Amino acid sequence: MEPSTQKLIHTFGALADLGQEIAGTGDFNEMVRTSMHLLLGTLALRRGAVVECSGPGPLRCVSLWGLGDQLLTGVDINEAEMKAFLAGQISDSLLRNTSASNPFLDRYRERLTAEGIELVLPMIVRGEVTGLVLLGGKASGEEFSSDDFETIHAMVRHIGVGIHTHRLLEQVAQRAEENRRLYDELRAIYRDTVRAFAAAIDIKDKYTQGHSERVGRYSEIIAREMGWSEEEVEGIQIAGYLHDIGKLIVDRDIINAPYHIDAKSSSELNRHPAAGYEILAPIRHPYADIPLMAKYHHERLDGRGYPDGLTDQQIPLGAKIVSLADSFDAMTTDRPYRRRRSFEDVVRDLRESSGKQFDGKVVAAFARAILKEVTGETKDRRITKMLGKGYLEGEHTAALLTDLITDLGGNFSKGASL
Amino acid sequence: MDTPSGGLVRSHCVGTTAVVYASDYLNKLTGEKIEHECRRQLKCGCRALIIDFSDTKLVNSIGISILLGIIDVAEKSGARIVFSEVNNQTVQLFEMLGLTRHVVLAKDEREALINLSRFEATTPVVH
Repeated sequence: MEPSTQKLIHTFGALADLGQEIAGTGDFNEMVRTSMHLLLGTLALRRGAVVECSGPGPLRCVSLWGLGDQLLTGVDINEAEMKAFLAGQISDSLLRNTSASNPFLDRYRERLTAEGIELVLPMIVRGEVTGLVLLGGKASGEEFSSDDFETIHAMVRHIGVGIHTHRLLEQVAQRAEENRRLYDELRAIYRDTVRAFAAAIDIKDKYTQGHSERVGRYSEIIAREMGWSEEEVEGIQIAGYLHDIGKLIVDRDIINAPYHIDAKSSSELNRHPAAGYEILAPIRHPYADIPLMAKYHHERLDGRGYPDGLTDQQIPLGAKIVSLADSFDAMTTDRPYRRRRSFEDVVRDLRESSGKQFDGKVVAAFARAILKEVTGETKDRRITKMLGKGYLEGEHTAALLTDLITDLGGNFSKGASL
Repeated sequence: MDTPSGGLVRSHCVGTTAVVYASDYLNKLTGEKIEHECRRQLKCGCRALIIDFSDTKLVNSIGISILLGIIDVAEKSGARIVFSEVNNQTVQLFEMLGLTRHVVLAKDEREALINLSRFEATTPVVH
């Protein structure tokens, strides 16, 4: 093979490898190091360095080969020198070419020559000097030919673009990360605000303090058991916190009535789901359908609920979950006119109400979640804690739950939309 | 006896000479392994390196750059370096790029060892 042909093949191979390296998404420093090796290996140069600059100031060494670590200690570049690089010719990059006017080379010629550097080339991207490539002489001892200059120039341009692109990607990733952090903070603030609001709702009712918080948590547990996504689970937790927000417009005396209320007061109290919807609908929540879950949390599968008397398929699944969480908390906490019910009694009620008031698959999911805590299948103890010490420690608790799950048809997965 | 040198590169020592075997394609991955092994051998006190290219079909740009680095390190350590059993195409590449100005090429490992022993015999011992 003719030497010139072999040289061409060798150079083309290096250019192809360089393109692949620069287009890769790997580690930045490794990309620069490999690119520099490719450049050095193409012409068999014994030493070289790639340095970065982001405007006038100190130069930062990204990669060097065959040179001392202290090569660039105290070396900087100023604006006039950057302009000189922008205006210069390829041949100006030769350090020994003293006829070219480049104040940077004049300033550091002696120092760089002593280190074996022969060429100093700017990496220019979009009309800006983004760094320099410093190169030693050829292993052959020959002078650089015009072909060599063309090859070096093309490869340095490639490396410059590669460095610039990587830096841009880094900036994009950094901004995306900042946005994500900001978004997480906003969500946390939103959640905290909602929880504070839930506490404010519950304060109005002296007998149900902590009710909204518990309904939020039960709803979250049920939704997670039904296989909802993390975002959907967060959404239904918020819906649980806010489900009784409509009670803010109900007279405090009606909410706090110690015994059963009359028809007029009952009608007033029953306005709270629709009122909750009116309050929540204008707000741009980060989660879907929160106002609807509040509006329909007193609907029943048999159509005997309120405010709209919807039936099974018409009721959003989220509202069915909040409805069960709400009723479960009502049954398992003391009220002014009664003590809380035993767990056995609650399970009996859930069985009887499934298909009428509650959706059987929602009840089964909740039963599964409770059973997992009872049997120790999960380390989560939130339900146990909310229900208080001893409530789930009955001899037959696990059997009751197992029977309930079996009676309701066993395991269900998420089968309906929010 | 050949040593796996950490399972990376095959090598063995003949006296104070280390023989390191290059793989079939000398690129970044294999080149860095050879470089590592050569540096290790020099650190262990080897005074000469033979890089055996009997399995090597192709050397790319990074391979050239890494070989130049090994030559540099060997020179700085005062060690001699010989490339043995290099195929014709690679010899042409080494000559074209000027590597042959810095290393001796030998027909095979035996010739490389003879070459190095001659050098040792003619080099005065400095005390």
